[in-house]
Amino acid sequence: MTFTTTIVPNFIKSLRTRRLLELLPIIVTLILAVAVSSVLLILFDANPITAFNAMWQGAFGSQNSTAETLVKATPIMFVAIGITVAFRGGVINIGGEGQMIMGAVVGTALTLSIGESLGALVIPLALCAGFIAGGIYGGIAGFLKAYYDVNEILSTIMMNQIAVQLMNFLLNGPMLDPTTEGVNNIAKTQRIPDIAELPRLSIDLGTVQLFDRTRLHAGFLIALALAVVIYILLWKTTIGYRIRAVGLNPHAARYAGIHVGRNMTLAMFLAGGCAGIAGVVQVLALGYRLQTDGSPVGFTANAGFNGIVAALFGGLNPLGAIFSSGFFGALLVGANGMQRAVGVPAAMITAINGLIVIFIVSSQIFTRRIARQRLLQPAESSPVATPIISDPSADTPTEGVLL
Amino acid sequence: MIQKTVRYLIVVAVVALFTGVFAISAQEDEAFSVAVVAPSATNDLAFSQSMYDALVLLQEVYGEDAFQFTFLDGVFIVDDAAVALREWAASGDYDLIIGHGSQYGSIIEELAPEFPDVSFAWGTDENTFGLDNVFAYTAAAEEGGYINGAIAGLMTESNVIGVVGPIEVGDAKLYVDGFVAGAASTNPEAEVNVVYIQSFSDVPLATEAAQTFLANGADILTGTAQMVVGPIAVATENGIPWFGTQSSQAELSGEIGVAFQVYHWEVVLDEIIGLISEGTLGGEAFTLTLENGGLAIEFGDYFTPDE
Amino acid sequence: MIGEIFTASLFASTIRLATPYLFASLGETLAQRSGVLNLGLDGMMLVGAFTAFYTVLQTGSLILGLLVAIITGAVMGLAMAFISVTLKAEQGISGIGVYLFGLGISELLFNKFLSTPRTVSGFPQVPLPILSDIPVIGNVLFNHNLLVYGAFLLVPAMWYVLNRTNFGLMVRAVGQTPEAADAMGVSVARIRYTTVIIGGIFAGIAGASLSIALINTFQQNLTSGLGFIAVALVYFGGWRPTGVLFGSLLFSFVNALQLQISVVGLDIPSEFAVMSPYVITLIALIFASKRQDKPDALTKPFERGG
Repeated sequence: MTFTTTIVPNFIKSLRTRRLLELLPIIVTLILAVAVSSVLLILFDANPITAFNAMWQGAFGSQNSTAETLVKATPIMFVAIGITVAFRGGVINIGGEGQMIMGAVVGTALTLSIGESLGALVIPLALCAGFIAGGIYGGIAGFLKAYYDVNEILSTIMMNQIAVQLMNFLLNGPMLDPTTEGVNNIAKTQRIPDIAELPRLSIDLGTVQLFDRTRLHAGFLIALALAVVIYILLWKTTIGYRIRAVGLNPHAARYAGIHVGRNMTLAMFLAGGCAGIAGVVQVLALGYRLQTDGSPVGFTANAGFNGIVAALFGGLNPLGAIFSSGFFGALLVGANGMQRAVGVPAAMITAINGLIVIFIVSSQIFTRRIARQRLLQPAESSPVATPIISDPSADTPTEGVLL
Repeated sequence: MIQKTVRYLIVVAVVALFTGVFAISAQEDEAFSVAVVAPSATNDLAFSQSMYDALVLLQEVYGEDAFQFTFLDGVFIVDDAAVALREWAASGDYDLIIGHGSQYGSIIEELAPEFPDVSFAWGTDENTFGLDNVFAYTAAAEEGGYINGAIAGLMTESNVIGVVGPIEVGDAKLYVDGFVAGAASTNPEAEVNVVYIQSFSDVPLATEAAQTFLANGADILTGTAQMVVGPIAVATENGIPWFGTQSSQAELSGEIGVAFQVYHWEVVLDEIIGLISEGTLGGEAFTLTLENGGLAIEFGDYFTPDE
Repeated sequence: MIGEIFTASLFASTIRLATPYLFASLGETLAQRSGVLNLGLDGMMLVGAFTAFYTVLQTGSLILGLLVAIITGAVMGLAMAFISVTLKAEQGISGIGVYLFGLGISELLFNKFLSTPRTVSGFPQVPLPILSDIPVIGNVLFNHNLLVYGAFLLVPAMWYVLNRTNFGLMVRAVGQTPEAADAMGVSVARIRYTTVIIGGIFAGIAGASLSIALINTFQQNLTSGLGFIAVALVYFGGWRPTGVLFGSLLFSFVNALQLQISVVGLDIPSEFAVMSPYVITLIALIFASKRQDKPDALTKPFERGG
């Protein structure tokens, strides 16, 4: 599943530049990851070939599974795009989970209070509300870092927990579905009106209807558009220039007359906003109501964390995040397919996912080393890992920006 | 030229590796097959295990040739459950598809109209969404809670009882409310303190909640959800009587286990399977009660250590 | 009412709750001071918790259980060191990978070897002679199991190692300016390997402190994200052992307090009660002193001649 997203682009590049060797480490890594996972599978009585076949089938085996891969990738992509802005601005945002939740809560509340009165206008309004809510929640962490020197790793971890409990309280209290008869079996809001549902996507190819009757939804397109918007914002506008300058070197930026605190807060506002949209989209496109089992992951599906990994894999570039999110979507959906088909326990999937992440991130040293030898470059001065999908125009921030 | 060939071979090798050559063996058609998705592990000694145990029992009764089931556990991410349920529904391999968790309701509500020939069941809830192919099931957990509470009320000497609950919803709330009422019925003096820790799985917090109860004079503990293994360990260490619900925790709690309300979903499932075989795919809601045998009180070793 | 809430047991509860955080955070402090962020702490704790638990269940020997947790922690630390120091992998991502692996593998092992939750009798309470007889404080501070004492003794020990030993000096140098340390003949890689392995060992012990001392059982995801809070507490503590102690105690105290308040029966929505440790910790940091010893080279792999 890996090659569609990270290998194929590199592979095409290697074909073009005749740097076949560059591909080798990734293949070796993948084979190693598969080998170690196979040992695990065999130890726990599963046939690795069947298992990996099921994984591939689960991610891309049918139109439906491909659609599910994209559905899974969508919230990860939103978060990753936002993380890109934050990291470029020198702020480490691990508050994606909380920001998603705040976006979803406020977006859902607005949708329910507007109801059908404004027609389909409710959708953009809800998205905006989610953006602002997530943005403010992220912005608080940025503000605390900029003006009160509160470490953002600490504050975002704490704020994730706070958001979950706030959601639990609201969904089991003021926002509880009033139509629930008798026992309230799960803390949830009312269903959103039909008009507020984000449309499902299917592509009409004349004879064939692609992605018909799947859950692929318009949120995916919104994510793609957002990636482009954020790319332009970061590299084609003064706002983006300032954010990146602060991330690269806050002291230099300050001397250049850039307001460091304000831009840090802004970067976190944008990051939180993107995660907030992810939260609203999950409600408007998939769940049609917000509900909680008490844990954050029941709703966010860990997109707040997977988004960080995807952002870094994507080279801290919003366009790269599209591919890396797709990769993680495929990995996660494929893993579920493996669980269904082979009956391996969910825990095995978790462990294998961990291994794949470790192996891929570890292989980058070889990719870098070969690239360096090829180009006869002097040793890199930047200590930051070169991302798989690298963007030459994008210099990576150095000021403690990686996790 | 050689380079090109090598490149080609690598691509072929990688593709072969991932697509594989082995097809997944097809399901047998004769047996009644059930697919279940559940939020926690099959060995959680609680909600998910109660369903798993019921299916294992049914398989023993009907025989493996006549009854098969697939159990997907640990799917606490609702979205992942949606994928699984849709795949199963589309495959046409299953006679009954169960979303064992209140959080799966929205998915069933959306999926069932798309697959009108497939029978779905979900719980705990009473809502079939007015659909002809959805069954709903729930447990009158307050009944066993009342009995447990009544026994606890008679047993307590300090008149303080501690309850560790997850979130104030569903069968957890029913059980806790029933327990409080039961304790009051036999011992109006008894003070039943309830702490909802806002999590079904946070064992460390549940453990410390149990410790806090003991420090404040509780001499009997109960609780619900899969995190009760922590409180049970605390009770065991301090020789405090323990009351449980959902699944039997008798084995884990040993000599401190007093009584357990056990969910026997097989009662409901048997009825549902019967209906499906007759052509009714849904539209009914079921409740486990003590009266219909869906709920049963099992006793632990607390009263029988000397025998 | 106040008297009902602020009981001696409240403070004893605080001490118990703080124990796993102390082990994990202090180990993490050492690793981070040398420049390595280990975000896989929670995964290491889970593996340590399971292996310790299983060993005690099989052999009945608590010491052996602890030893096994130390060994598995060291092995996972070694793996993390190899990934982050030798392979120079991005530490945040690889840490998440290690976490996922630990989360998955501990549950797999649990399913394979136990299949259902069991309990063991863990480290017993050991009242310290004389000290535990002191009224009120005695019972709060000096009537715990050995691992609890160990966690608190680790605070001065870690302070001493970091600030008063040659090794600590090298750790700080490597975390601050690895180039300079390298020029002075200190092996950056060796120091980082050592600190990350020690961090892994303490993560393993932290896990064991749950499974064979405080909770005495094992279940899937026993730690429930405790390791991530431990990482946050390192930041809270400004990379100083005393700061970490303060953070752990504050967080645990509020957690114990919210449980106590709920148990005593004050009518506060439980969501807000559960939320309170996170809120208070965050607010405390806004007003707390900003003294920090943040290592400049944190998360940056060292490349000679770079």
